[in-house]
Amino acid sequence: MKHWLTVALLLTASPASGAEFTVLHPQQSSITFVSTQMGVPVEGSFRKFTARIAVDPARPEAGTARIDIDLASIDTGIAEADEEVAGKKWFDTRNHPVASFVSSSVKQSDQGRYTASGKMTIKGKSLDVNAPFTLKQNTDTLTIDGMFPLKRLDYGIGTGIWSDTEVVADEVRIRFHFTVAKK
Amino acid sequence: MTNHYTRTAITLHWAIALLIFAAFPLGVYMHELPLSPDKLRLYSYHKWIGASIFLLAVLRVTWRTTHRPPPLPDSMPRWEKLAANTVHYLLYALIFAVPLSGWLMSSAKGVQTVWFGVLPLPDLLAKDKELGDLLKEVHESLNFVLLGLVLAHIGAALKHHHFIERDGILARMIPILGKDT
Repeated sequence: MKHWLTVALLLTASPASGAEFTVLHPQQSSITFVSTQMGVPVEGSFRKFTARIAVDPARPEAGTARIDIDLASIDTGIAEADEEVAGKKWFDTRNHPVASFVSSSVKQSDQGRYTASGKMTIKGKSLDVNAPFTLKQNTDTLTIDGMFPLKRLDYGIGTGIWSDTEVVADEVRIRFHFTVAKK
Repeated sequence: MTNHYTRTAITLHWAIALLIFAAFPLGVYMHELPLSPDKLRLYSYHKWIGASIFLLAVLRVTWRTTHRPPPLPDSMPRWEKLAANTVHYLLYALIFAVPLSGWLMSSAKGVQTVWFGVLPLPDLLAKDKELGDLLKEVHESLNFVLLGLVLAHIGAALKHHHFIERDGILARMIPILGKDT
C-alpha cells in the first residue's frame, strides 16, 4: 500500500506528466482500414486495441506511442470474412494474435502535421513504417488523426490463392483516430 | 399497325432476358460458395450484370412510354389479356426492383458496387448490418417472384405460339417467326 502510494506520488510529481496527454479514451478512438476488393474500397475496423501514447502538444517530437491491436477483434463487416482472415493464410491469429506499432521518432512536417516513424510488427514480421498524423488540441483532450498505407504481402497477409492482388489489392490503408486526455 | 414491337424494344427485351438468365443462376450458385477469390470475382460479375439490367430497364421503360406496343390479338379472352398485362407490368417493376434491392443490399453491407470495376455507383444507404441482412432477404424473395413470373411469361408465350392457339403472338418479340404467316 505504502509502496503504491509512493509510486503514485512520484508519477504525479514528475514534471512531464503535467504537460503530457497519456490517457486514451477508447470510446473516442478507432483503428480502421480500407482494403480494395475487385476495385472496390471496403472499410473494416479492429474493435480491440491498446494505445500507450504520451504526447506533449508543446513538444510533439518528444512523443511516444505503442499500439497493440488484437487481430481477432477484426470487423470486416462480413462474418465469413472475419473467420477467414483469422486463419493461417491471413493473420494466423492463433500464432500471432497481436499486431503492434512502436514509434521510434516523431518529426514535424508542417504546421500541426507530423510523421511518426517506427516498426510495425504483424505475423512475426517487423517493417519500418511512417505514419503521418495531425494533432488537434481540444479543451480537455488531444485528438490524433492519421493514415498510412501498408502492403499486406510484405507481411504475408493473404497468401496462397489470396495472393492475387487483382481480387484483393496489396495496399491496405490504415486509419487511426486517438483521443487522449491528461492524467 | 404493325403486329410486332419496335426493333429497339425487341433488342432491349432480349438483352435483359439474357442478362437475367446469367445473373439468376450465378446468384444462386455464388452465395453457397465458401469465401475465396473466385467468390469475390463472381459477386462482382453478378453486381455488374445487375447494374447493367437496371440501366437497360431505364432505357426500356423510357422507350415503352413513347412507343405503344402492338395490341394483344382479339382472339384472346378478356381474362387472359388482363393476366398478360398484369404479368408484363410486374415484370417491368421487377427489372427495376431486383437490381435496386441488390444495389441497396451492397450499400448496407458496406461493399459498394463499382460497375465493371470502373464506375462507382453511389451508395444509397449507409453501412448497417441488420438492414443489409434484411435487404438480402428482400433481394432473394423478389428473385423468386421474378422466377415465377418469368416462367409464367415463357409458358404463356409458348402456349400461344406453338402448342395451342398458334396466334403468332411470339412473333411480336421474334419477328422472324412471323415472316411466313
